[in-house]
Amino acid sequence: MPETLTAPLKTSTGRLLRTEEMVINMGPQHPSTHGVLRLELVVEGEIVVDVIPHIGYLHRCFEKHAEHMTNYQQVIPYCDRMDYLASMNMDWGYALAVEKLLGLQVPERVEYIRVIMGELQRIASHLIALGTYGLDVGAFTPFLFCFRDREGILDLFETTCGARLLYNYIWVGGVSHDLPPGFVEKAKAFCKYFRPNIKELNDLLTYNEIFIKRTANIGVLPADVAIAYGCSGPMLRGSGVNFDLRRDDPYSIYDRFNWEVQVGKGEMGTVGDCWDRYMVRVREMEQSLNIIEQALEQIPTEGDVQSAVPKKIRPPVGDVYVRSESPRGEIGFYIISDGSTSPYRVKARSPAFVNLSVLPEISKGYMIADMIAIVGSVDIVLGEVDR
Amino acid sequence: MGLLDKQFNNSNVIITSLDNLLNWARLSSLWQMQFGLACCAIEMMATAASHYDFDRFGVIPRATPRQSDVMIVAGTVTLKMASRIKRLYDQMSEPRYVISMGSCSNCGGPYWEHGYHVLKGVDRVIPVDVYVPGCPPRPEALMEGLIKLQEKIRNESRVKKTA
Repeated sequence: MPETLTAPLKTSTGRLLRTEEMVINMGPQHPSTHGVLRLELVVEGEIVVDVIPHIGYLHRCFEKHAEHMTNYQQVIPYCDRMDYLASMNMDWGYALAVEKLLGLQVPERVEYIRVIMGELQRIASHLIALGTYGLDVGAFTPFLFCFRDREGILDLFETTCGARLLYNYIWVGGVSHDLPPGFVEKAKAFCKYFRPNIKELNDLLTYNEIFIKRTANIGVLPADVAIAYGCSGPMLRGSGVNFDLRRDDPYSIYDRFNWEVQVGKGEMGTVGDCWDRYMVRVREMEQSLNIIEQALEQIPTEGDVQSAVPKKIRPPVGDVYVRSESPRGEIGFYIISDGSTSPYRVKARSPAFVNLSVLPEISKGYMIADMIAIVGSVDIVLGEVDR
Repeated sequence: MGLLDKQFNNSNVIITSLDNLLNWARLSSLWQMQFGLACCAIEMMATAASHYDFDRFGVIPRATPRQSDVMIVAGTVTLKMASRIKRLYDQMSEPRYVISMGSCSNCGGPYWEHGYHVLKGVDRVIPVDVYVPGCPPRPEALMEGLIKLQEKIRNESRVKKTA
């Protein structure tokens, strides 16, 4: 008998396999891993005993690029491509960090434009998360409905900056273009159009019996575990922890708006299950609509959209860490400046990476089919996990 | 077939070349491998979704390479992923086609210079039929790429010996 057949079977981390256990590969080409994630599942029959996530299939060398750009502004397109579902929020996070490094105040109108864009982007990102989540657990129609509504937001972005997906819109010290004429009316019309569609989504998917059976009491993440792992965003709030950077560490002008942080309440099962995380995203879309509507009312009609920033930004020597709330959680940028025109180092603290690290903890003991539901509820973007 | 609809009283015989028939069948139902890599995959999803409706070209996403005819490489191909893409391509059955979507899979895109972990073009591991430029290409651009691929298939010959 060849030696390979008699040697004890091991996983890549060196764990010995018992006789009943089996290793199953999920990904990197799998329709439900939301990108190029590979999961090594150790299963006993149909029960998942252990999960080992393998990442790095989309490592695009963000830090190397940030070091090699000749200008602080040139890093922004690479921030775009990190979390490609929420490019606006990525640009915003980076711009906030450089502005703090420079000690720069941006004009009032810019703050409003950024809030409107950021919240529209949050809705667009959540729409993809919810639509593909429905697709993962077997519902095709919500996917089409969500993409229909998302196109409305993309049209607004397109009229503003010309791009559909990767915008390069929020720059250090301002934004690249002013809002086009008629934007405020169009955005208001979109809010009016979109609000009833959330109810439609609820009727179609959220309170669907099959959907609840697939997601309630699955992948339960207790609050203390979520905090211990450093989860953030809907993942943390789904576990019932009332924490949102927009309220608890306010940046920009979020303190001017009237809105509420949404947390999971365990309505359909246990607090912190997949349904709760899903529902937090649905409710956050409503809250984002509230913020957008207030911002559209208050936005100054006149004003600069770019503060006086020199072409070559040269911040003082020092380092800075600024965090903001992306649709996936806390996106933090740590920038070290050596006084030259390009950053010495840019490190991104990515929420999806941290949220993904809790996956082995919350998926043990469930069926293989539940893994799909759990991975979908984490809402990872691999571009941001691998950077 | 719209030209022939309701034109005859009885069932009829249509004469065409075998090439035309095979090519017509092939180009009208190109099943795509559902396989997203990065940003472009989102635009590919948008193309397949309600607004742009890729289905009308006969393009249906399939989850496995065994059932698919065309692989749309949508996104940055990293060195770690390149060997997997090669294997997936090998698993597809003939005739198979590849559309390279976006600058990254065409030539490395914005990562061409300092991307130490990025493959500078997917054509270094698998043959590519159509290149769609853009970062990311708009859904219309992807559709144009598919129409170009259909044109290519229409002019192929399966029966004639090639040099």
